[in-house]
Amino acid sequence: MKFKGKAWVYGDNVDTDVIIPARYLNTSDEKELAKHCMEDIDENFTKKIKKGDMIVAGYNFGSGSSREHAPIAIKASGISCVIAKSFARIFYRNSFNMGLPIFESIEAAENIKDGDEIEINADTGEIKNLTTGEVYKSTPIPDFMQELIQSNGLFGYAKKILNK
Amino acid sequence: MGMTISQKILAAKSGASKVSAGDIVLADVDLAFANDITAPISIDFVKKLGVNVFDKRKIALIPDHFTPNKDISSANQCKIMRDFVKERDLPNYWESGEVGIEHALLPEQGYIKPGMLIVGADSHTCTHGALGAFATGMGSTDVGFAFATGKSWFKVPESIKFIYKGKRNRWVGGKDLILYTIGKIGVAGALYQSMEFTGDAIKELPMEDRLTMCNMAIEAGGKNGIIEPDEITIEYLKERNVKESDYTVFKSDSDAEYSKIIEINVNDIEPQVAFPHLPENAKGISEINDDIKIDQAFIGSCTNGRLSDLQEAAKVLKNNKVAKYVRLIIIPATVDVYKQAMKEGLFDIFMEAGAVISTPTCGPCLGGYMGILADGEVAISTSNRNFVGRMGSKKSFIYLSSPAVCAASAVAGKIISPDEVVK
Ligand code: SF4
Repeated sequence: MKFKGKAWVYGDNVDTDVIIPARYLNTSDEKELAKHCMEDIDENFTKKIKKGDMIVAGYNFGSGSSREHAPIAIKASGISCVIAKSFARIFYRNSFNMGLPIFESIEAAENIKDGDEIEINADTGEIKNLTTGEVYKSTPIPDFMQELIQSNGLFGYAKKILNK
Repeated sequence: MGMTISQKILAAKSGASKVSAGDIVLADVDLAFANDITAPISIDFVKKLGVNVFDKRKIALIPDHFTPNKDISSANQCKIMRDFVKERDLPNYWESGEVGIEHALLPEQGYIKPGMLIVGADSHTCTHGALGAFATGMGSTDVGFAFATGKSWFKVPESIKFIYKGKRNRWVGGKDLILYTIGKIGVAGALYQSMEFTGDAIKELPMEDRLTMCNMAIEAGGKNGIIEPDEITIEYLKERNVKESDYTVFKSDSDAEYSKIIEINVNDIEPQVAFPHLPENAKGISEINDDIKIDQAFIGSCTNGRLSDLQEAAKVLKNNKVAKYVRLIIIPATVDVYKQAMKEGLFDIFMEAGAVISTPTCGPCLGGYMGILADGEVAISTSNRNFVGRMGSKKSFIYLSSPAVCAASAVAGKIISPDEVVK
């Protein structure tokens, strides 16, 4: 699995409240949620991103509540994956369950600049910065999580194992 | 290299002879449950899949957060649960009049046994590790997946071993031990990891105090809290008609690997108070020099709403009166606790003191209802979180403590040691 797109860079502790503010939680419609993705940290987010682009952030991405709307909103906005120095535990889990790939890499998060073109090989965890030519390592996604992502999250995976 | 108790349970439930920290396993779940806030999404997951639940006896639905329903939307949430329970004829459901706070109710009713793998759509599911089970909180979708398939995925955690040595001082219980511990390691001190509580002082700790300790593992970022089953565990289960042949006892290998081993001398611990706005801001009661005036005191929640908690509060409140302008709210965590407290005459003591007693519910613990704080107000609470706005206004302040400190503070109108009230 490979992902390619532009990077949009944010800082540490991007919490679930800025990823999708609580005032929009009266719906679980993903298109509606996508419209407000990252709104409280970056007003222009939904206007500037293109399908396949990536979020790059610092430590503890997705901290705060256990709301599953956060990875849903990111995925539905067209973002292909998130690279961060670290993720909050429940967000980490929810992301794979919702089929949003995430990569932990301090190196990548420190060096990637806003707007850089990035290519990620999910099997090896290798992150290429096509703008600068740099290559960074990330923790490769374990097989089980790759299967979750290929099944489009926990729902698809449940269908798969129940049909077996 | 051996395995920790947590790793052994995950290995047994995923059919592996050995697992190591970092492995990802798909394991069989013995109990999956959700509450009135989280269940509707889990139920939706099962319905959309168009399947039956994997095993009716192994799922539980517990409407505890906002029952009796506080408003129309909470009533609608509970209706979704109730309709699903009726439609699928599910046995493990409790209506108002029977229901209690999930993490107090399940152990009390004998649902939790050593060696079980338990997932709950509530972060304080870690409570149940007190009985030697592996129990952790998850999102609603995870629990929906468990309802449908009987399985859940886990990243096998590393463990931190805590060794508690020595004798507890007067008024020091499970709550003080865990607040002290979180104060030492911080709110992310056990991130992703298992917290294993061991040592002589734990061997002597009653089950209800152990439940309190494991309840707050999540407040240090822990994935689960766990205590190896011993005589106290077996006795607690016997009282609930759970026989030794009904469960498997797992223990950590002597050569199990730990990411850290932390020794705590219990003789040094005095009653603790966690200052706003994090559970890690714990201080010994004698270190508090300022007068911290309170507006409200709350005794209850899945942390400290059990019978021994109410007995401890009654010891302090007997023949005393709550200070003027202070509200003391007492909420027994379950119906059985409520009945027993009433039988023992604790309610007389509470009402003589000027407290108000509510039906079992989470209520004010999460700022739901039954005691919301106004701007600028200060509360002392026996619950587990003192985050900004947790019990109401964003401009209010919450201090966490044991029932004894909470009751004494209600009497004094400011935060003080129970020794000053009970001479
Ligand atoms: S009592 Fe508080 S912490 Fe416990 S389950 Fe209820 S809301 Fe959560």
